[in-house]
Amino acid sequence: MTEATVKIRIRDLHRAFGTKVVLDGVDLDVEAGSSTVIIGGSGSGKSVFLKHVIGLLTPDRGSVEVDGVTVHQLRGTDLTRFRRKFGMAFQEGALFDSMTVADNVAFPLRRLGSIGRDEVDDRVRECLALVHLDGVGDKMPAELSGGMRRRVGFARAIAHRPEILLFDEPTTGLDPVTKASIDELIIDFRESLQSTLVIISHDMGSVFRTADKVAMLYEGRIIVHATPRELLTLEDPRISEFLRRDLETWATPP
Amino acid sequence: MSNSIEAFFEEIGRFFRMLWQVLVWTPRRPFDGRQWLLQMVRVGVNSLPVVLLTAMFTGMVMALQTTSTLQRYGAERYVGSLVALSMVRELAAVLGGLVIAGRSGSAMGAELGSMRVTEQIDALEVMATDPVHYLVVPRVWATVFMLPLLVALSDAIGIWGGYVVSVLLLGTNPVAYMETTFQYMEFSDLFSGLVKAAFFGLLISIIGCQQGFYARGGAAGVGRATTRAVVFASIAILISDFFLTKVLF
Ligand SMILES: Nc1ncnc2c1ncn2[C@@H]1O[C@H](COP(=O)(O)OP(=O)(O)O)[C@@H](O)[C@H]1O
Ligand SMILES: [Mg+2]
Repeated sequence: MTEATVKIRIRDLHRAFGTKVVLDGVDLDVEAGSSTVIIGGSGSGKSVFLKHVIGLLTPDRGSVEVDGVTVHQLRGTDLTRFRRKFGMAFQEGALFDSMTVADNVAFPLRRLGSIGRDEVDDRVRECLALVHLDGVGDKMPAELSGGMRRRVGFARAIAHRPEILLFDEPTTGLDPVTKASIDELIIDFRESLQSTLVIISHDMGSVFRTADKVAMLYEGRIIVHATPRELLTLEDPRISEFLRRDLETWATPP
Repeated sequence: MSNSIEAFFEEIGRFFRMLWQVLVWTPRRPFDGRQWLLQMVRVGVNSLPVVLLTAMFTGMVMALQTTSTLQRYGAERYVGSLVALSMVRELAAVLGGLVIAGRSGSAMGAELGSMRVTEQIDALEVMATDPVHYLVVPRVWATVFMLPLLVALSDAIGIWGGYVVSVLLLGTNPVAYMETTFQYMEFSDLFSGLVKAAFFGLLISIIGCQQGFYARGGAAGVGRATTRAVVFASIAILISDFFLTKVLF
């Protein structure tokens, strides 16, 4: 891997809450234009990890570099400019429930100031169409189903055409059909936006559909970083345990 | 025990941190006039009926109680003065503050708390919007401005309540009652009540927002934040009232 292709470089990332150590020396390189899926058990620190990448949390030790810039050193307008690179889709959508769907999607456009005011409405319509939600702009988030809310969250995340897209468990808690359609959307984004993707997932089906590379977070570290195929050939009990659990959730319908 | 002392100082620390951030962010742009207006309406207008009802019945009860007490000294002609001074200096502000803590402080804890646990606050930050600037600043100033207004109206309606009870129920001479009501009142009495109200507004809104902001742990966490917003704000009002009275006279 050459220097130039590394988009996100994570070195020796440590983070504890009180006495609870969550990240204990994470190292990871994410290549530009690739799709990296982070797997790991519930509560293993995947969301905490992602929040360090986008600078919502500050590391106790170690660093996250994006395009060679250390994230936790950024302040003020530099931080705003940095955030423009990112789109983040949160676990349950995290839509602003006091705003309409259209205002939600327009929010980053207005706040990050990336396009002119007169273009906002068109862009919002375009993004909602991309997630197959034409015509719901005037609804409130509470009126939508869980799957729809996530798709609005995606539309909001891609609205300003970010270079990097972060997804926090985009399919968790959805039925298999919706899961597959969400995964398809993610694959589409990658082609249409040419973005770098970091996806957190629980679900091996999604991993195989969306990942170039898989990284597994276990006890605060990345213990594997491989292609999905390679993952299946590895004989690490920690991985097989994770795969077995996932199979069980497949076998027992909700 | 040492744990709860630690927790206490942590809350105090968070309070001053939040206060500081509000002060820093207040003059910065963009100024969101719509949010300010919305919050003013929610704190001021929507709470008006319950605040006024509280004040009116307080004035009425005060008239009943002070009349029966003062009669024992043959001093019942001072009822109007006593009711008015108590309302203006003390009761309107404290009772209004407690009502607003229950109504608006709890709403702030619940609202911001649920925004925190559903990651809406993180989402704001990711989209280059400081959550203190966007959510807390309008709520704080709306409460600081509106609570004194509510208290001024409470003063009037409380005094009126006392007047009605004295004149209609107890048969006091209306002219004499009105005279003693304003005879001993000075502008500083009115002013001290309003300053208290503004200060209580600051306590209620900062504490409410702070509880929401640091909420964790799903729906249960939001419930905790809501309860604490009311309890802590009420305690803060009662304790600070003593010291404010000492300082303001
Ligand atoms: N702000 C916080 N304060 C304290 N503990 C936290 C905080 N955020 C996360 N944690 C803890 O860190 C651990 C990892 O959380 P998280 O990253 O959300 O797990 P997941 O892998 O399921 O996304 C959990 O035990 C959680 O309780
Ligand atoms: Mg998570």
